[in-house]
Amino acid sequence: MATASEVAEQAERDDIRLRWLLSAPALLIVFLAALGPLLIVVVYSFLTPGNYGDVKWQFSTDAWVSVLFERDVFDDTVSFATAYLSIFWRSVSLSLATTVLTLTLGFPTAYFIATRPDHRRDIWLFLITIPFWTNLLIRTFAMQEVLRNDGIINSALQLLGIADHPVQLMYTNFAVLAGMVYVFLPLMVLPLYASMEKIDFRLVEAGYDLYATRFEVLRRIIVPLVTPGIVAGSILVFIPSLGAYVTPRVLGGGTNLMIGNLIELQFGQGRNWPLGAALSITLMVIVMVALLFYVRNTTRSDGAHG
Amino acid sequence: MTAMRPAVEANGVTRVFRGTGQDSVRALDNVSVAIRENEFFTLLGPSGCGKTTLLRLIAGFDFPTDGEILLYGQDIAPLPPFRRPVNTVFQSYALFPHMTVADNIGFGLKMLGRPKAEIEVRVDAMLKLVHMQELKNRRTSQISGGQQQRVALARALAPQPKVLLLDEPLSALDYKLRKEMQIELKRLQHETGITFIFVTHDQEEALTMSDRIAVMSSGNILQVGTPWDVYDHPAERFVADFIGETNFLTGTVESAGNGQAQVALRSGAKIRATAAVDFRVGSNATLMVRPEHAKLVKGRGDLCGTIENIVYFGTDTHIHVRLDEGDVFMVRQQNSRSAGCGFENGTRVGIQIGDNAAQLLKD
Repeated sequence: MATASEVAEQAERDDIRLRWLLSAPALLIVFLAALGPLLIVVVYSFLTPGNYGDVKWQFSTDAWVSVLFERDVFDDTVSFATAYLSIFWRSVSLSLATTVLTLTLGFPTAYFIATRPDHRRDIWLFLITIPFWTNLLIRTFAMQEVLRNDGIINSALQLLGIADHPVQLMYTNFAVLAGMVYVFLPLMVLPLYASMEKIDFRLVEAGYDLYATRFEVLRRIIVPLVTPGIVAGSILVFIPSLGAYVTPRVLGGGTNLMIGNLIELQFGQGRNWPLGAALSITLMVIVMVALLFYVRNTTRSDGAHG
Repeated sequence: MTAMRPAVEANGVTRVFRGTGQDSVRALDNVSVAIRENEFFTLLGPSGCGKTTLLRLIAGFDFPTDGEILLYGQDIAPLPPFRRPVNTVFQSYALFPHMTVADNIGFGLKMLGRPKAEIEVRVDAMLKLVHMQELKNRRTSQISGGQQQRVALARALAPQPKVLLLDEPLSALDYKLRKEMQIELKRLQHETGITFIFVTHDQEEALTMSDRIAVMSSGNILQVGTPWDVYDHPAERFVADFIGETNFLTGTVESAGNGQAQVALRSGAKIRATAAVDFRVGSNATLMVRPEHAKLVKGRGDLCGTIENIVYFGTDTHIHVRLDEGDVFMVRQQNSRSAGCGFENGTRVGIQIGDNAAQLLKD
């Protein structure tokens, strides 16, 4: 006869086994589709480029050296190279600007939605997701229609007599930033909303009741409580925008290379797969370090109260 | 003495909530009331009677559609809540979850720009007042409901408001803790000398704690008076019904005058009653008798009937009698050490109504 505690233990073991069994397909896909290719990329970065793309199975650290250094063609001396680093830096600053801008624009939007009556929030959320219905490429080309020299903005400016000749908007950093903000805004609004929706708005009333002005309530009550949403939204925007490829290409015209474009170039016209692989891994490391740093800082300041 | 000077005054306050389309709700309908300084004043009524709306208007979370709200003679209706020297204890406490107990209590003072040293002293004094010194650095999520209640009180009292508003602050506590907090609240009000405006739907709570009670129903104040006033001399049937348990009898007024009346019931029984207002002879009227003001007797009384149900409550016993008129009349009888109440189901009994125990009411 099994005792009650034995039966309970057995049930728990069965439960855990079932959970492993049910999550096995997803784990398998993650393992095969994420870790597998990653391993291939790491291996490729230590090989020699083939003549027509592809790789030769011959160990080489050239790709890694050329990420940071350049070898002089004549005397073979190695010096610090800034070309790739400046591209990395451009991408990082563009992504930071995108994150800050989407946060600034998304915060009031999410607050607005979260303070609507229940039945009307769904409509607003639905409207926020409408851009997802259309392919990214098409949306980006639509932006082009707005920004180009005889596009909507320039036509309006000239019609109103503000400008007498078209203002160059396309193929500028402004165009790229505007496009990125447009594309990534919903990814910021949704996690912010999810956090704000959980706020008990009586806390806001309590703040007002205790002599906090509107700004103080925002600073000391709403922002601390929405921190998880701010962290999630910033990550969701920063990481993909760091690797963004279509938007800078279409709106920036390829004049200002971003990391994503640079990597694509190595696998395409550049025919230097090992360099592309090394750049990809560098990008990944930057993302991971930035992420660790960011999450640790935001959660530490949150935990300092307790 | 300034005790008679009203701390808070509502003059003809109306609040209409516009609904979708044509339906709008008149949460407060031309309400006027004066609340004295240092008074424990209770707004009592069923849910939806407008008591919380009135409290929110005083706090500044909501603004009246019409009328004025005076704080020591100054119209505060247009001021935002953070410019009003009143503080609120919320029903759900609304403690800031990302702050410690001490930070919660000091929040109001910090927002008022008080120096750090002063805030610390005051927070410690508040913690002592509500017996919470040991939990100073806990997060508000790490303390029990009763402790949260104390923190909410301390937080609202810390800035030394002129008026403290309490929105059903005890409703989330269990029975024993609620009893404790009732006494605690009375003590705090006594020690701080602050005017308390307390909202509740619990008539027992209102009776035991208040200096004066305003009984509200559907956006109106029906009666303002001491607990004794509203219990023993309810102005109308709703008040008598809402506060305490009451027997209602209907009959015809046979004679009236001088604050007295005689009423004939359907069974022919005649009952003498007090009448606050004049009633026309021959008109129908409602008679009220509190269960503890009537006595069961073997044999004939003012009313006659058969015992239908006996319910034991520990301190007393409720005996339900089916009257010859057909209504059920409840008599409350204090229990003694002897077993049983002396009556049994199904026996015929008489009910004696004490002098001045019956009262005629407006419907």
